[in-house]
Amino acid sequence: MRDFADIGTEGALDHLIVCPQCDAVYRFKKPANGERATCQRCHKVLIAPRRNAGLQIIAVAFAVLFLIAGAAVFPFLTIDAAGNRNAVSILDAALAFTDGPMIVLSLTTAALIIFIPMLRVLLTLYVLIPVVLDRPAARHAIPAFRLSEALRPWSMAEIFAIGCAVALVKVADLAQLGFGPAFWMFGILVVLVIAQDSFMCKWSVWYRLEHPKTS
Amino acid sequence: MVSMVSSGTSQNVVSARDIGIVACRRCTKAWPLGTDTCGRCGHRLVSRDPLSLQRVWAFWIMGVICYIPANLYPMLRTQTVLQVDESTIIGGAVDLAHYGNYGVAAIILFASVVIPLGKFWAIAFLAITLKRHTALSKGLRQVIYEVVEYIGRWSMIDIFVVAILSALVQLKTLASINPGMASFFFALSVIFTMLSAQAFDSRMIWDIQTNRGEADRDE
Repeated sequence: MRDFADIGTEGALDHLIVCPQCDAVYRFKKPANGERATCQRCHKVLIAPRRNAGLQIIAVAFAVLFLIAGAAVFPFLTIDAAGNRNAVSILDAALAFTDGPMIVLSLTTAALIIFIPMLRVLLTLYVLIPVVLDRPAARHAIPAFRLSEALRPWSMAEIFAIGCAVALVKVADLAQLGFGPAFWMFGILVVLVIAQDSFMCKWSVWYRLEHPKTS
Repeated sequence: MVSMVSSGTSQNVVSARDIGIVACRRCTKAWPLGTDTCGRCGHRLVSRDPLSLQRVWAFWIMGVICYIPANLYPMLRTQTVLQVDESTIIGGAVDLAHYGNYGVAAIILFASVVIPLGKFWAIAFLAITLKRHTALSKGLRQVIYEVVEYIGRWSMIDIFVVAILSALVQLKTLASINPGMASFFFALSVIFTMLSAQAFDSRMIWDIQTNRGEADRDE
């Protein structure tokens, strides 16, 4: 047990880290690369630094950016039944709700599966590129990263991909289905999005934004 | 795995609020109690938001209300050469079971009925047990909360399936599928439930035990 008499001063608070989930206070000790610091009470991962994580995230982010752009416009699925043929892109699928109030749903769907993931990637690049290049942080990097974190639960590209699988099962016996290039792009995209989220140590980013290298 | 030096022993972790600290929930930085915004990331700092539970219940009620028309209106409108078929979520599953597709019917019932109802129950349970005694440990309740927060987004899968089917199956005279009104309400219900779960401050789960002076028996 340590004594908290000295906590009132600013300097002492810098040595503390608090679990956002259960409010447990810890004296901060940076784990080595590849190790993880978890909350002892609720087991949330607090810090998980990785070597070259920044560079990997940037590489993945560029890939994701091109894949989203490509996947949005190229044909995605084709259906063939008794001579009738139809090819759709992801944008077509997102904009499938057209009557009356359903248009709102179309816009929401498009945002959830294309625009929010894309915005998050752009924000990530904007924030991380200067950090990785050891430059001073970009202007408004802090609100940008905060927005990116706030949007995290609303970025649903991977859920859409699983939705495709379910839809395919449903119509598989009804008609002949074909996969367009966008389908495979989207498949890769899902893996990359998940990988990116697991590489990213939020704490490390905040720390670097707070203590930028000024050389 | 390395655990950090804790403020107490692992049996007796100290909460930030009890030692006059307010923590940023976005970036984990500690500030003296009473600080308004986090100096590192600019996030609003609230040690415990007294309005948190009200927001949870407000979104929860909206979610439940939207879930009712989501089940009454048709989800899909299937048009084939011979007939127009409008099926609700449950009706569609019953039809599938009728044709012998028990597996798919079970999955649909599970994803569109059991999981949403389970989420409503879980959020209500967590919010109610903040004030009452319960046999469930706080660790378990934290797990319930994390599961609800994680699964919340996945309920949108139903909407995406409807979107894909409606865009894809447009085969002129042969067959076409169009979304029904239920998809609109179902999406709203999912979004409100997600907002409700996000409004819940999981730190309150850990406070109650402290108030009661119970020893931490999780470890």
